[in-house]
Amino acid sequence: MMIRPHQKHSLWLAYKLHRLSGLVLVLFLPAHFYVLGLALTDASALDGFLKWTGNPLVKIAEIGLVFLLAVHIFGGLRLLALEFLPWSDQQKTWAAMAVAVSFFMAVAFLMNAI
Amino acid sequence: METRLYLLQRISAMVMAPLVLAHLGLMIYAIQGGLTAAEILSRTRGSFWWAAFYGLFVVVVSIHGSLGLRAILREELKVTGPALAVIAWGAGLGLLILGLRAVMAVVI
Repeated sequence: MMIRPHQKHSLWLAYKLHRLSGLVLVLFLPAHFYVLGLALTDASALDGFLKWTGNPLVKIAEIGLVFLLAVHIFGGLRLLALEFLPWSDQQKTWAAMAVAVSFFMAVAFLMNAI
Repeated sequence: METRLYLLQRISAMVMAPLVLAHLGLMIYAIQGGLTAAEILSRTRGSFWWAAFYGLFVVVVSIHGSLGLRAILREELKVTGPALAVIAWGAGLGLLILGLRAVMAVVI
């Protein structure tokens, strides 16, 4: 597949990452809400589920979700700054920082999860 | 229409930004030592502030999530017309109902 010129721009990746993280998060939310809703109907099922989240594979998925949430919020803040604040040359720096801080968040989560 | 939805998407993002940052911080704090239902519920049950915090969060994320999904369907998959409206509204209302039910479950 030919890569069109605008797709070579590094901010194209920021745009794709924002869409993709948003899509995964919105698909995750119904499951998240459903599980919390168990507290209403079957509290022991909620505890059973929380025990299941101790599984290393689930932990990895959780770390991925935390990363996606962080990358979406910091990427989103970058976008809001870009659209609503005066333009600056710092845009790429902010995008890189959004990813860096997201990694930091995911690692902090990891440190407490294990 | 599109301009208004675009603005609504940005406004919902601005409202949600501090909520998401708080949620990230809370997750990192709360996960220490593992999670139990009793631990979560002891924090949230009967708390007006957690109810207000997560109630607002659910309302805004329902708007933001459904509009985001709508934008992806419209721009990436070229979905248009009534199908687009039905999916977006369905996603928004579905998130709202499930989300408010979840908030109720943990605060009442």
